[in-house]
Amino acid sequence: MNDLIQNIAISFIMVLILIGALLSLVSTIGLLRLPDVYTRTHAASKASTLGVMMMMFGAFLYFWIVKGHFNAELFLAVLFIFITAPVGAHLITRSAYYYGVEPSKSTSHDDLKETNVDQS
Amino acid sequence: MAIQILINVLLALLWMFINNSFQVSSFLFGYILGLFTVYIMRKFLPEEFYLKRVIKILKLVYVFAVELFKANLSVLKIVMKPQIDIEPAFFAYPTELEKDWQITLLSSLITLTPGTVVVAVSHDQRTLYVHAIDTKDVDESIHGIKRSFEKMIKEVSER
Repeated sequence: MNDLIQNIAISFIMVLILIGALLSLVSTIGLLRLPDVYTRTHAASKASTLGVMMMMFGAFLYFWIVKGHFNAELFLAVLFIFITAPVGAHLITRSAYYYGVEPSKSTSHDDLKETNVDQS
Repeated sequence: MAIQILINVLLALLWMFINNSFQVSSFLFGYILGLFTVYIMRKFLPEEFYLKRVIKILKLVYVFAVELFKANLSVLKIVMKPQIDIEPAFFAYPTELEKDWQITLLSSLITLTPGTVVVAVSHDQRTLYVHAIDTKDVDESIHGIKRSFEKMIKEVSER
């Protein structure tokens, strides 16, 4: 019975880590293929955040269930990445915009240009 | 909310002292007993019973986790297409939220949900400028999602 639970847990951890690695790969491909800074931020902020979070959660579960060692730091790391990643994405796009980086040609409209929020 | 939690913790401590057993299990038992007491006394305490708000917060976290997975699926779909035919746009999103922490929370949620990144917040904090990765079909659904987020944040923060 105990063996069965451990096997299920290990396969769950495997799936978590594989999907996390896949998402990181997708985020990298997105960085290469997308046309401008703003669209690249989408790939970088979303896919890599969830990817890293899933890999860390997988490592946390592995050490907890298989090795019997509860490591709270990994759990905290998941939380901190979760809080800081969107703020980082926001700051990068914001400073790129105010520095005058042109969005790609296919951008259909730009509400921000007309209102001109001043650049403090 | 804070004062009710404090009362509950103090009641749990009181239970530990009454039983003269200082263990986590007796703290938990005392906390559950204190929860009943706070529920019975809810008319005399400021604000509504705090478990209601805790449940609302948990609901928000759940909705958010689901949206995060959807966001990753949509990024995956866009990136893996043979021809990238997206149509990005900056659009203004009027918000009714007032406090700073509510706006910060809303913009973090928007940034981690499908197809949108917050680029700037206007000075009067009435408008968020959002960059959408693909405007063709998402525009309406995005507005729907964000209405629901905004509504949930309001519910969480109401007294």
